[in-house]
Amino acid sequence: MAAILQRGADPAARFETRAATREAPWVKWTLIAVALLFFALFLLMPLIAVFIEALRKGWEAYFAALTEPDALASVRLTLIAAGIAVPLNLVFGVAAAWAIAKFEFRGKHFLITLIDLPFSVSPVIAGLIYVLMFGAFGWFGPWLDAHGVKIVFAVPGIVLATVFVTFPFVARELIPLMQAQGREEEEAAIVLGASGWRVFWHVTLPNIRWGLLYGVILCNARAMGEFGAVSVVSGHIRGETNTMPLHVEILYNEYQFAAAFAVASLLALLALVTLGIKVWVERRVSRPSPRAQDGATS
Amino acid sequence: MSIQVRNIAKRFGGFTALDGVTLDFPSGELVALLGPSGCGKTTLLRIIAGLETADGGHVLLEGEDASGRNVRERQVGFVFQHYALFRHMTVFDNVAFGMRMKPRAQRPTARQIREKVHSLLELVQLDWLAGRFPSQLSGGQRQRIALARALAVEPRVLLLDEPFGALDAKVRKELRRWLRRLHDELHITSIFVTHDQEEALEVADRVVLMNRGRVEQVGAPEEVYRQPATPFVYSFLGAVNLFHGRVDSEGVRVGGDLLPRAAQEGGLAEGARVLAFARPHELDIIAGNGGEGGMAAKVCRALSFGVTTRIELEGSDGQHFEVELTRERAEALALAAGQTVRLVPSNLRVFEYEEGAGI
Repeated sequence: MAAILQRGADPAARFETRAATREAPWVKWTLIAVALLFFALFLLMPLIAVFIEALRKGWEAYFAALTEPDALASVRLTLIAAGIAVPLNLVFGVAAAWAIAKFEFRGKHFLITLIDLPFSVSPVIAGLIYVLMFGAFGWFGPWLDAHGVKIVFAVPGIVLATVFVTFPFVARELIPLMQAQGREEEEAAIVLGASGWRVFWHVTLPNIRWGLLYGVILCNARAMGEFGAVSVVSGHIRGETNTMPLHVEILYNEYQFAAAFAVASLLALLALVTLGIKVWVERRVSRPSPRAQDGATS
Repeated sequence: MSIQVRNIAKRFGGFTALDGVTLDFPSGELVALLGPSGCGKTTLLRIIAGLETADGGHVLLEGEDASGRNVRERQVGFVFQHYALFRHMTVFDNVAFGMRMKPRAQRPTARQIREKVHSLLELVQLDWLAGRFPSQLSGGQRQRIALARALAVEPRVLLLDEPFGALDAKVRKELRRWLRRLHDELHITSIFVTHDQEEALEVADRVVLMNRGRVEQVGAPEEVYRQPATPFVYSFLGAVNLFHGRVDSEGVRVGGDLLPRAAQEGGLAEGARVLAFARPHELDIIAGNGGEGGMAAKVCRALSFGVTTRIELEGSDGQHFEVELTRERAEALALAAGQTVRLVPSNLRVFEYEEGAGI
């Protein structure tokens, strides 16, 4: 995704200034109006509605809803789940992308398909997989029960479901980038005497850093916002196994609209911050390093 | 350091890249591996570097079997066709990379590294670019930096994989001369891969001609050009006219025409199927339809720029011929397009015909 946005003057500007390719003004303005209207109606209005509804009963009620113990517990759990899932997928994603982009092996296409599986499978199914495997009546359920390990309807299940659902983000971002960069720089580093680890640290990682950060941001956004898969494995135990999206649903079902929207606004705020970072990263990606103009460094 | 390769074989799936290659690269020489794409020259270079492992055979560095030795320990410098500079590092950091990657005990101090980098950048005449990033350099500059980077670790061998392949013709010519000068200064054993025969002949001390995973001929540039050992070498080095025919008591019979042959070389039996070669300057044109001997051909066009005139002709079966004459001779002939003439070789090399010789 980031690669598409990279480099060069805006081709749209050139397209616009040339008579041969310029559209009639009414086409231009109709298209812009339709796009903006759609954006306002389906994206901007709901976002504003979230904040309006959240503050309907005033700031006091807003803060009360956020500092309520169950709400705090849900925030904590969301942070824990994302805090484990994102680093794990960072490592898995880099490893998978590395393997696919830099090596030839049997079953490579199968691995690529496998990475996409979480995207193509409904999140509910993803949750169910874990219930079927680790639940009380699942494959490993009795054994886990006998050893006092609880996965489903507990924090480990939520983390597992989150890891599953967010797996493709980092790998998907890195594979095309690393494939485009090829193996030559790594080969050059090896010939110059660098060990495998140092090649990764000094050559591979710096080359993929912005793509990696972009993948991590997307991965994090999804990890915090995931509802379906987590809902299946959570069991909805208040203050224990509710993440923020689940907490919002419970409050809403109990007609506590202001409180529900208050927690929802926190999630929305998080999404906005993520988007902000994403824009910043994109700008970094599309611009050559600022150090480029400096004099000699050593 | 001398390099020897013994019986190297390499296959990629069903494709034989190298088929029992044995070669010696004496110390201090600049050798070109020359051949068409897919002939195995780059694979051979990568096997010598250790970037690729051979299916069979040995690589001896200074007489010592290097098959088990890792790339890192082979002390080779490698220059890639597409430079492979580290794009996130400055020119300075690129050149310093190899020294900084050394084990702590052998690593030079920061000051030594700085001095070495600057002396290398001076050697490649690009000291003023130390702070730039690779993306800010031209292709020729990048390749010179890549060379400086390879030399920084004081390699015992320098391996260059189509080093000028990605550059435009003018820069390529300039860098060629520059590489030769650099080699005369450093005398480091060097092997460079190229598919450009002019480049190989101009730069190298010796040329190794490869085709289909085999070595066709090894020799000094002049030697391989003047005495090609195989039909492949003949047709690959420079422009050439090819005749398919059979040996006759008077020469080579091609269809109804006879190409006279001075020396009865090679002991070919009468009636044997042969390939005969003549370079464009080794053919003369006889105007007028009379006279025996020579090959009938029709003039297509004459190109006269430079000192010689190049005449393109077409044989009776549509075959293409090329003749190079001095301008005076061409003017004396006063050839017109469509005119039928006879081609008479002053020198003809004859090889026995072999199935699938790659011509």
